[in-house]
Amino acid sequence: MRRVAIVGAGMTKFIRRAQETGKELSFEAANMALNSCELTIKDIDCIVMGTAPDAFDGVHMKGEYLADGAGAWRKPYMRSFVGGGTGVFAVIQGWYHVASGLFDTCLVVCEEKMSSCQPHPQGAFLTIFDNIIERPLGPNLLWIFALEMNRYMSVYKIPKEEIALVAVKNKRNAKDHPCALLGEDITVEDVLKSEVLAWPVQRLDVSPISDGAAAVVLASEDRARRITDKPVWIDGVGWCLDTTYWTNRDLAYPRYVEAAAIMAYKMAGITDPRREIHIAEPYDPFDYKELHHMEGLLLCDKGEAPKLTAKGVTSRDGELPVCPSGGLLGVGNPIAAAGLMKVCEIFWQLREEAGARQVTRKVRTGVAQAWGDLMQVGTVVVLRR
Amino acid sequence: MKMIKYGGIALKERDFKEGRVIVFRDAPKAKYLWDCGVAISRFLKGLKEGKIIGRRCFRCSRVMVPPRMFCEVCFRGTDEWVELSDTGRVNTYSICYVTWDMIRIKEPQIPAVIEIDGASRGMGILHLISGVKPEEVHIGMKVRAHWKREEERTGSIRDILYFEPI
Repeated sequence: MRRVAIVGAGMTKFIRRAQETGKELSFEAANMALNSCELTIKDIDCIVMGTAPDAFDGVHMKGEYLADGAGAWRKPYMRSFVGGGTGVFAVIQGWYHVASGLFDTCLVVCEEKMSSCQPHPQGAFLTIFDNIIERPLGPNLLWIFALEMNRYMSVYKIPKEEIALVAVKNKRNAKDHPCALLGEDITVEDVLKSEVLAWPVQRLDVSPISDGAAAVVLASEDRARRITDKPVWIDGVGWCLDTTYWTNRDLAYPRYVEAAAIMAYKMAGITDPRREIHIAEPYDPFDYKELHHMEGLLLCDKGEAPKLTAKGVTSRDGELPVCPSGGLLGVGNPIAAAGLMKVCEIFWQLREEAGARQVTRKVRTGVAQAWGDLMQVGTVVVLRR
Repeated sequence: MKMIKYGGIALKERDFKEGRVIVFRDAPKAKYLWDCGVAISRFLKGLKEGKIIGRRCFRCSRVMVPPRMFCEVCFRGTDEWVELSDTGRVNTYSICYVTWDMIRIKEPQIPAVIEIDGASRGMGILHLISGVKPEEVHIGMKVRAHWKREEERTGSIRDILYFEPI
């Protein structure tokens, strides 16, 4: 396998409702990524497009619909889709296009436009529940998160206050992100007093639905060194899918994230992730998910992630900055684009190009992770300067 | 560094109200008639009879509910039907105050994962809890199925109206 680097990155603002179509958003992000490394579409050998359910857009074969906006005209093209895990999985697919030796460069674009789906994009998710034995009960998407969060809190005896700290941290971090939808200073009290949606999930525990796009340019080792003197290497990739029988799973611990992380760490030669990972962007559509995923990524013991947050270890000036971007909670959650935004953030952080968001400690190795499908997929990449 | 201009033009509610945005509406037209499959058809027949049916794999010895014709762990066909109890324990629950489209509901719903007695540890199904004050529900609580009257059952997960504390 050849070594593969990220050489450029770009994204749009994450906004509640964009005037641009999905294609136009894709173009904006892709164009910014290409400009950032002074390449043109002629330099790109193949395209990977990540985007979540067709039902958001009401457009069948959405991958094909978006292709032109991702620069795929008359190029080898594939769509990546593992629900919320898509944003990181698209990078993994781009990685093996190049690592295999088949292509020297790959443009990875992720887009989501959730606002078209009326009256609420949750409607697009109702069909993920089992059609025969769950849907007749009238489930809504919040249920599964609330059920998982409650199980996590109960098994490890975590008070809601400690989980709320994640929302406080990420929304504060997002204030420094030029693309953020919800950067603001809030308090733990604000979270605890916010509207209860499906207990224990309250309004401020949840990331906002958004429109947006992100993109990265991948290149083989020799090409990467000619394009930039600051390549960020994709040194490990991992992914894993758990059973769809979600009511039979251990909801307190994401074993599939652990399996994906172990695969990625092994590839990157990481034996002690707590020491060797300097910065992390775990998937945080809900505040408890950041904690859940830090544990799955083996960055702390089970049930211990809230303590690290409370001690400030995961803040931007801490020992292990987590979601310095502001995460999905602060920047926004256009599903596939949100996952790729995390990869962009680690890229910018490792290159010391994160501006006001730049973490205090010197960082050389970082991990980005996304999660999705029916709470069952973990997708992980390890990046190094 | 060059000045970076990020794409993305934010539209506001007002832009729609005042007709500054051109929009198109459509709704998908698709209806479905699902066959329930071998395992779930048997499960639903059981519910009609007032029973919860699981399925055993002889290799890993798991008794699974919902039942399936193949074991995803051993990846081989499962071996026998097992009649389970209509009681269980709450693995986790939520108290839900909104519909899927974020409209508040007066009486909260209590969805739960219920581990069914007689199935292997951790084998739960999704259902609703009722007949108890929301604040009294807890993880580990023992519950029993509250069935529809026999003549009203149709072979549906809703033949169990809800689970209630024992």
